[in-house]
Amino acid sequence: MSDSNVTVTKAAAPPGQAAFHLSINNPVVRAILAQLGVALAVALVAWYLVGNTMDNLARLSIASGFGFLDREAGFQIGETLIEFGPQDHYSTAFLVGILNTLKVSGIGILLATLLGVVLGIARLSSNWLVARIAAFYVETVRNVPLLLQLFLWYGLLTEGLPGPRQALSPLPGIFLSNRGLKLPAPADDPIWAWVAALFGLGVILTLVITAWNAKRQAATGKRLSMLPIGLGLILGLPLSVLLASGGGAIDMPVLQGFNFRGGMTLSPEFAALLFGLVIYTAAFIGEIVRSGILAVPKGQTEAATALGLTRGQVLRLVVLPQALRVIIPPTTSQFLNLTKNSSLAVAIGYPDFVSIANTTINQTGQAVEGVLAIMAAYLVISLSLSFLMNWYNSRVALVER
Amino acid sequence: MSLRLGGAVALAAAYLAFTAVPAFAGPTLDAVKSKGQLTCGVNTGLPGFSSPDSQGKWTGLDVDICKAVAAVILNDTNKIRYTPLSAQQRLTALQSGEIDLLVRNTTWSLTRDAQGLDYAPVVYYDGQGLMVPKSLGVTSAKQLDGATICVQPGTTTELNLADWFRAHNLSFKPVVIEALDELNAAFFAGRCDVLTTDISGLAGVRASVATKPDDFIILPEVMSKEPLAPVVRHGDNQWRDIVSWTIYALIEAEEKGITQANVDAKLKDVDPSVQRLLGVQGDLGTGLGVDKAWAYRAIKAVGNYGEIFERNIGKKTPLKLDRGLNALWTNGGLMYAPPVR
Repeated sequence: MSDSNVTVTKAAAPPGQAAFHLSINNPVVRAILAQLGVALAVALVAWYLVGNTMDNLARLSIASGFGFLDREAGFQIGETLIEFGPQDHYSTAFLVGILNTLKVSGIGILLATLLGVVLGIARLSSNWLVARIAAFYVETVRNVPLLLQLFLWYGLLTEGLPGPRQALSPLPGIFLSNRGLKLPAPADDPIWAWVAALFGLGVILTLVITAWNAKRQAATGKRLSMLPIGLGLILGLPLSVLLASGGGAIDMPVLQGFNFRGGMTLSPEFAALLFGLVIYTAAFIGEIVRSGILAVPKGQTEAATALGLTRGQVLRLVVLPQALRVIIPPTTSQFLNLTKNSSLAVAIGYPDFVSIANTTINQTGQAVEGVLAIMAAYLVISLSLSFLMNWYNSRVALVER
Repeated sequence: MSLRLGGAVALAAAYLAFTAVPAFAGPTLDAVKSKGQLTCGVNTGLPGFSSPDSQGKWTGLDVDICKAVAAVILNDTNKIRYTPLSAQQRLTALQSGEIDLLVRNTTWSLTRDAQGLDYAPVVYYDGQGLMVPKSLGVTSAKQLDGATICVQPGTTTELNLADWFRAHNLSFKPVVIEALDELNAAFFAGRCDVLTTDISGLAGVRASVATKPDDFIILPEVMSKEPLAPVVRHGDNQWRDIVSWTIYALIEAEEKGITQANVDAKLKDVDPSVQRLLGVQGDLGTGLGVDKAWAYRAIKAVGNYGEIFERNIGKKTPLKLDRGLNALWTNGGLMYAPPVR
């Protein structure tokens, strides 16, 4: 059989009914063989690496496996979102670490986005001073390594602030010292659960009314002003209940011995890491926002202005929604960067997942398992974030008719 | 620091994955001889034990042990590559073969011994202590309920601390920073009430980092036993023997009154045990895989154990440490060498 023969057969046969020749000259067979070959090579390399690792571990008498997760951790962690003590297991310590990573990344992403949008808009401002300040900020911050910035923030917070006994107290119950920011916290009182529930209800009601309002405007052209309605529902409702019940019990921080007891703490480690991540990432997001806004044709702004919209409305209703299509994909990368950069926490003592996993590796000697756990955790967090952002991107993407 | 540590761990993982089996199954001695260099894992900077001076030359008790081993094998204390390691990096660096010998104030414990590591004899008997500023007005660790404590992560110190506070039903908040410089800076800036590590380490930090060393006190409680010993990889018995007997030779030299200054004169000593140690009589080195003048070279290079102690951490140094447990057994201490014969 000649090559030309095959080509002819393939070209002549109707789709899906190509005569199948089991021959090395058949491009289909060749493609399958090539793929099998590649898959086999990958599997062989993986088999070699895993096998060799196991051999080496066994020879070095290093136990392998994740059995250590059920052992008592024995160390204490400074900041935890859930209860943790030295008697808890390594698995709980890992969970504490993952939650701490999520806490700093979550809040960091939110604040970096807000600051980034402000920066992007400020760089395009017609006010010369505002535009220059924003440009100076971006060029300085994004060109200094993040680790150095973290050291700077941590140094400022620990060296610059007074000790707990000389703490600054701008308002009663609020103390600022090198042990962190101490704030009054809601004490154990059922009224706070009601307040939280009403706050949630207010948010949901506001969202529903906003959607209804948008529909109504599309149909009739009339629209309600949402600001007072939203404020009333989200803040007014819970506050009025709180006031009506005579206020809830509050856990005030007090100086006892040589430290503050009670209240909430914003630790210097967390604050330094959060400041560092937000300020660094916002510089990049600012540039992305700027590029997104510049990508919207000038005619759109002119047309919107011609319709009589104010400058704020032009930005909010016309420019930003179109700019989002350009902004979302690169911003997703920045969110992922921020999450991964949070692992620099080790350097300034914030107990994030990498810090706790490193301690675990050192206490147990299970380096391979520890590194696998770190990789798996970041992979899951990053892929979830990507998935979420891709979904959002597909929603705001240009729908062409 | 974080980046370096990440690197070390990733390297170790890669090393375990990629290296063919016989890579370091062979004796470390042969590897060191063929490289012509001893790679020693040391502390990133602990005054008195291992720290680089302004010219980048390493000094300290741990460093002198490295030098003694290098003198025994390579007859040159300059053929050492010092690899500064953080507490978290050190064991992985040794396991993965990045270093030949770890002399980095490392506590001997069962878990670590069973982790593919072996310990040479203890070179310093230490205990964990707590340092506080005098202004805090604390005189006993039992008054430390609710204190914020600076501690290096991944150390036995971190575990002892948690154990001790649990045993005494007190609470504390740890601030864990891996880089020693950053940790000390945080303590002296007042981020923590207490700094904890081995007592020798506290003395070193107080002497070298504090602007006014007299403003800080080390509390009387000794929270743990911390026998600090050099570490080698498990399974290379010859290598472990060489390191162990180098240390024993230094202790034996002190017991026999052999010093760096008089070691040449002692070659003519009539005491047979001195003659055996210095290789004038017999050939004890061959059994270890080195030549017969091995102990002579070690003593000539760094002096006996007592000299090493006094030079680096003794009464005349800023650390001002007593011999205490580290005196010879003949003086009521724990330093005891088995017979060199």
